[in-house]
Amino acid sequence: MRTSTLTAGLGLKAQHFDAALACAEPGLWFEVHPENYLVAGGPRLAWLDAVRARHPLSLHGVSLSLAADAAPDAGHLQRLAALAARTEPVLISEHLAWSAWRGTYLPDLLPFARTHEALVRIAGNIACTQDALARRIAIENPTHYLRIEGNDWDEIDFLHELSRRTGCGLLLDVNNVYISARNLGFCAEAYIDAFPADAVMEIHLAGHTPDPLLGQALLVDSHDAPVAPAVWALYERLVARIGPRPTLIERDDCLPPFAELLVERSQAHALLQTVKTACA
Amino acid sequence: MNSERSHFQDGFVQALLAPDAEVPHHLRALVDQPGFCVYRNTVMKGCIDALQANYPAILRLVGEDWFRAAAALHVRAQPPGDTRLLLYGVDFPEFLRGFAPAAALPYLHGVALLDRFWTEAHVAADAATLAPAALAALPPEQLGASVLALHPAARWAWFEGQPICTLWQRNRGTEADGSDSTDNGDGLVWTGEGALLTRPAGAVTWTALDAAGCAFLDACAAGRPLAQAAGEALACDAGTDLASLMARLLQAGAFCSTCPNPSLDQEPA
Repeated sequence: MRTSTLTAGLGLKAQHFDAALACAEPGLWFEVHPENYLVAGGPRLAWLDAVRARHPLSLHGVSLSLAADAAPDAGHLQRLAALAARTEPVLISEHLAWSAWRGTYLPDLLPFARTHEALVRIAGNIACTQDALARRIAIENPTHYLRIEGNDWDEIDFLHELSRRTGCGLLLDVNNVYISARNLGFCAEAYIDAFPADAVMEIHLAGHTPDPLLGQALLVDSHDAPVAPAVWALYERLVARIGPRPTLIERDDCLPPFAELLVERSQAHALLQTVKTACA
Repeated sequence: MNSERSHFQDGFVQALLAPDAEVPHHLRALVDQPGFCVYRNTVMKGCIDALQANYPAILRLVGEDWFRAAAALHVRAQPPGDTRLLLYGVDFPEFLRGFAPAAALPYLHGVALLDRFWTEAHVAADAATLAPAALAALPPEQLGASVLALHPAARWAWFEGQPICTLWQRNRGTEADGSDSTDNGDGLVWTGEGALLTRPAGAVTWTALDAAGCAFLDACAAGRPLAQAAGEALACDAGTDLASLMARLLQAGAFCSTCPNPSLDQEPA
């Protein structure tokens, strides 16, 4: 299936299985974390097969640890390739981050300095992943909470160079841009305007929350709230410039009823339809 | 992996998991930023949430505050090695057994083991179950020499002197037949119990199993023929009704059809 037929999708959780299966909104697709399905058998895979039989599916990995100073885990890659062969996802994506190190898995997306050395290692890890999956993947821009010394590269240039060296696409998470801009003090609009349009395979939208102690001074990428108006505004700015791309409403916590997520999803869908018409 | 980047990651992991330990000097400027706590909190929360999801009966027995405090200690001692958090916590039952504050709750280890069995049964490979008719068709001499293969989802254990299965079932919220538990009665009989967990029709179910039944399955799992497995069951309890035991095991889907005996038919999964 071509990604051009996809409009807005939803992150899918088990609680919404029946509603998701029954839903027939045009352009709808679903995204899951493959880690929850890298198992030998059982109801989880049967459930995913059923969703896949009705809707396009995207696999959004959170633990391949591409930015670690090590090659991706061979067993993980093998299981991911098997899941991809089974479900034939329309998109596969991962993060510009690390989360596994010397046999320990830290369930978060951890930061690093964008050095020349990092670029070489990460490009190698992306290439190795694309070889194992025999397809192009998309790499997501990270959320920042820390000022890290020693960057040789600007983030957009770094992502662009990874794309140039490996042929990978990019996943632009607009919420991550907004949070990082607020936390580190850069201009979110300038980032959105400079992002390489041709490489964008997918867009993410999600909600965030202020840190319980520091409030607005530290925003947290919590995925537990509706998409904020400021993030919608950045999104509109982005698609007005680059045109329509598959866009995900990413919700991982404090799940509302499925119908409520569909309303948010409709907002992105409508915007993509408008942009599509304007581009035609 | 001896580069500056590796050095950075070594220190970062240390600072994430052992906040009270001395933070490596080269990371002081990072760890002192308020944003570092976001990583610390997210990593700990992710691991503890996973244990909480994987051990629901323990959660209900000890309450959320106790559970999360104990889980945090376990996470620091044994953080996940696998990126699939649905499999995290294989050592948690053993941790609870040796956990001093749980000394007055000696049943936690057994209940945790059944929670773990549930996870393992839930994600085990698919396989067709052995049809009772296939076994019934065998002549007695062939039956005794047959070696039955356990279904990949089958897990069982006998708990001597402890009503672990009743405790587990009451706190897991499911009856043996899969319906929701509504039995909150406190008529607990302090005697040994055993359980067999299987996945005959897509969902994990459990059935009560006595010590002889567990001995029988132990023998099958060790690759011993049926006649020998029956001997083990009888040695455990001379009054064992083997036909009834076999019927219950087949009904529960304890065996898969990949039996070395080629005359056995398969039942669709």
